[in-house]
Amino acid sequence: MSTIFGIPPQALFGQLLLGLINGSFYAMLSLGLAVIFGLLNIINFAHGALYMMGAFVAWFLLQHLGLGYWWALLLAPIAVGLVGMVFERAMLRHLYKLDHLYGLLLTFGLALIIEGLFRNGFGSSGQPYRIPAELQGGTNLGFMFLPNYRAWVVVASLVVCLATWFMIERTRLGAYLRAATENPALVQAFGINVPRMITLTYGFGVALAAFAGVLAAPIYQVNPLMGSNLIIVVFAVVVIGGMGSIMGSIVTGFALGIVEGLTKVFYPEASNTVIFVIMATVLLIKPAGLFGRSN
Amino acid sequence: MAEAARAMPANADMLAVAGLHAWYGESHVLHGVDLSIRPGEVVTLLGRNGAGKTTTLKSIMGILAKRTGSIVFEGVETIGLPSNRIARLGVAFCPEERGIFASLDVSENLELPPVVRPGGMTIAEIHVLFPNLKERARSQGTKLSGGEQQMLAIARILRTGAALLLLDEPTEGLAPVIIEQIGACIRQLKAKGFTILLVEQNFRFAATVADRFYVMEHGRMIDHIVRSALEANRSKLHDYLGV
Ligand SMILES: Nc1ncnc2c1ncn2[C@@H]1O[C@H](COP(=O)(O)OP(=O)(O)OP(=O)(O)O)[C@@H](O)[C@H]1O
Ligand SMILES: [Mg+2]
Repeated sequence: MSTIFGIPPQALFGQLLLGLINGSFYAMLSLGLAVIFGLLNIINFAHGALYMMGAFVAWFLLQHLGLGYWWALLLAPIAVGLVGMVFERAMLRHLYKLDHLYGLLLTFGLALIIEGLFRNGFGSSGQPYRIPAELQGGTNLGFMFLPNYRAWVVVASLVVCLATWFMIERTRLGAYLRAATENPALVQAFGINVPRMITLTYGFGVALAAFAGVLAAPIYQVNPLMGSNLIIVVFAVVVIGGMGSIMGSIVTGFALGIVEGLTKVFYPEASNTVIFVIMATVLLIKPAGLFGRSN
Repeated sequence: MAEAARAMPANADMLAVAGLHAWYGESHVLHGVDLSIRPGEVVTLLGRNGAGKTTTLKSIMGILAKRTGSIVFEGVETIGLPSNRIARLGVAFCPEERGIFASLDVSENLELPPVVRPGGMTIAEIHVLFPNLKERARSQGTKLSGGEQQMLAIARILRTGAALLLLDEPTEGLAPVIIEQIGACIRQLKAKGFTILLVEQNFRFAATVADRFYVMEHGRMIDHIVRSALEANRSKLHDYLGV
């Protein structure tokens, strides 16, 4: 058996892996968007810029402080999360009672500013970031060659996504979050500091984006535009999965990455548009998204 | 519960509201409300639709932030505090629309409000009071019947150790046998030492549980009747409530 549906297996599995990698990033980013949208009622357009900031923090830590990949994986989400929390306190807070549109405009403006600043500072050519020594090389699986770093990205993304799901759906802290998503005034009247919870939730969602940015640094280059290229697709993923659904955003993120990979194999001409075609179809058939609750 | 942690002079009011004004945006809804409750009392707030009963409870709880005047709970002025701080002092609210969370199951709903002081009821004690909630612990909160949801809404604030319970129309829309159960529950809570401010339109129900009655109209208190004077005032009350 040298081909599958007329495709050499190396090409098929290679594209599947690429799809899984892309899906890992779609899932982490759309998950953060879903968590933020659920509680803050804000469509966080700055998400791509904050993902890019995560990658730049990793690069900066290495260049200027000599702190490597593993430190970056810990410190970049914290740093970007803090930036996000300041932003939430100073600006987003004033928009919660208004239409989604205002939050979208503000965060979109912020994304442009952040990207502009980084482009000014670093140009638009990418900065390389080396794969950490522990994850260099690869494993021959017989039917394909699996680079270790790529396997790590898929596993790390799955673990982080499922841990987030568990925390939200199965713990007491998550119960506060779910309840506050439904009725923040009542949850606060039970004695919970809801404004602080909102700040921390935004910080968490944004930290997730920064974590994805660090994972991405060795694969794509560290580039001021890396976020804006990705975020458009991620928004399509969010629309397909259903805004605000936790498991929905994880499943949809991985699934669409794979669909995109398979399209590259079987009909490469459509590989850049297949997600948007699916989005349009879903919007027509089930406007609340595949996992969304219509209300 | 009523045997509060804070040192209180005997017979002092647990809650004293004076000159309370409240607004929804620009619309001025309460125009100088006064009321007081002593520890262990069940006090009912009566009044027609739109009189301002719910608004009074939300102002005491701090859910309605735009308010002036004075609200003193166990000696602490709460008029400027956010609702989470007021809850931590030992005040708990059961809303008119019940506020059961659809994304939480029954036991998650029950255990949601954090314990704010020692002395609250245990889950086991609550299950004795409301056996249905035990059987349906894993059901989605909003899949319960209306009566069960009301019981859950009351049950979840009994765990917290709050001494003052604000109950907004707990009998609204319920069948007579359920109303009877809720009445029995309120009497048991009183016997356990809880202090209760109850909003009701169902005067006959209120008469079976309350020590005193305030009557509201157009955002003001227009009358105050103690239980012993109830018979003498019955026709006046019927006029107030339009029943
Ligand atoms: N969210 C709101 N925004 C503006 N006005 C409100 C709001 N809620 C209530 N009101 C107005 O405030 C007044 C008092 O309402 P409130 O809900 O306190 O009455 P109530 O005595 O609880 O009535 P009911 O017996 O119908 O529950 C009413 O005139 C009502 O229309
Ligand atoms: Mg009311």
